[in-house]
Amino acid sequence: MEFYGYRRKEGRPGIRNHVLILPACACGSESCRIVASQVRGAVNIVFNTGCSDVAANTEMSQKILTGFALNPNVYGVVIIGLGCETVPHAKLREKIQSQCSKPVVSFGIQEEGGTLKTIAKAVRAAREMAAEAGMQQKEKFPISELLLGIECGGSDATSGIASNPAVGNLSDRLVDLGASAMMSESIEWIGGEHVLARRAATPEIHDQIIKVCEDYEKHLLAAGQDCRAGQPTPGNKTGGLSTIDEKSLGCIRKGGTRPIVEVLEQAQRPTKQGAIVMDTAGYDISSVTSMAAAGCQAIIFTTGRGTPTGNAIVPVLKVTANEHTYSWMEDNMDVDLSGIIRGEVSIEESGAMLLEKIHELANGRLTKAEAYGFSDIAIDHVCRFV
Amino acid sequence: METKAILLDGKDNVATCTSEAHPGDKVHCHGSATAEVEAAADIPIWHKIALRPIAKGDMVYKYGEVIGEALQDIPQGGWVSHENIRSVPRDYASEYLLGKEAQ
Repeated sequence: MEFYGYRRKEGRPGIRNHVLILPACACGSESCRIVASQVRGAVNIVFNTGCSDVAANTEMSQKILTGFALNPNVYGVVIIGLGCETVPHAKLREKIQSQCSKPVVSFGIQEEGGTLKTIAKAVRAAREMAAEAGMQQKEKFPISELLLGIECGGSDATSGIASNPAVGNLSDRLVDLGASAMMSESIEWIGGEHVLARRAATPEIHDQIIKVCEDYEKHLLAAGQDCRAGQPTPGNKTGGLSTIDEKSLGCIRKGGTRPIVEVLEQAQRPTKQGAIVMDTAGYDISSVTSMAAAGCQAIIFTTGRGTPTGNAIVPVLKVTANEHTYSWMEDNMDVDLSGIIRGEVSIEESGAMLLEKIHELANGRLTKAEAYGFSDIAIDHVCRFV
Repeated sequence: METKAILLDGKDNVATCTSEAHPGDKVHCHGSATAEVEAAADIPIWHKIALRPIAKGDMVYKYGEVIGEALQDIPQGGWVSHENIRSVPRDYASEYLLGKEAQ
């Protein structure tokens, strides 16, 4: 299986060819939005910090910003900072340039003399980049060049028994084709971490998975939050989930069954091919943000209740096995898996169908969230603002 | 009446009902494997039905994995819920193969 993508000098090929308008701090976000609205082919993100953060938060933000810039779906980057942000725009630009040969330029609003002058310069730079990006021809790549992120959000009773197992089957198919699939949301492994750890390719990876869960649980306890108490919730029990093990297993099943070859920190780029897991929040938008920063070219997202979420640079394919949600929210849902619930198709057949959908997505078919230009982002933080 | 349930693994002793089941209903299980069972209780939608008799202390399997242990005998076709199964207690310390310090 092959797909048509955009060759990059470093790393995997892109399945999109965006010019990314990237704020270096919150003060640059509005200018970035305006620049992106002026240039076809440009996308922007809203960044709500970059200032008055403790070092650990700054480090996380920088991983996300540089990760977005390095994502294969990005052709080039226009950065807008203010001038007094914690990590200056020029430094962020140099950091990105040290890791890739993409075109990257940056501007500071204080240096340029205000937003209008900055926007004028940034629009011209983005326009030139978009014009160049338009000249790049797609080339054929083996499907093994694909890194798919796997996410769930707005789950319901159909998620654990239908859409997640179907996506797990897709994950296995991709891994068997030599591609990579990344599952995140470590908070939701708790209760089933021993089962997930059994998939580890080595004893070291087994213990890394256990440690991620133990450390996450302790981190939340330090903030007074017991993530295990009250699980499953009364609502879960009414909905048919009897134990935390059952709830967790329904969640981790979306990551398939193949050996786990690497455990990553948030937004860390993988070094291995195959089934990979990443330590992220269960908050879907934050988890998608981290997987996009790690270089996933596409994300598949299972939902039960329905969600509109999209990422500016990585297409997010929404799948549900809840027939009501699919028909009621069809303008936000991409794939209907409700045939599994009705007994019309097996989980195995649904996995094969999803592989075709991912193949189409890689070849350029827009997801609904992508067509609408949705650009959600949430960067995980560990501490209050200074 | 005929109703349906999702069976996620051939090893499982429960399936998840995708509509309400009532005593005497023939429940056709599909998904990753297939099975037939006659309901012996009123089982709400999205709740689990026992495919075989499950004795007190037996492990309950879904996804081919243990989701808990039975707190009482559950008949074939019975309703499996938080009222009659519980999570088997574990702790992190016992889960490490090499030890946390090795990481």
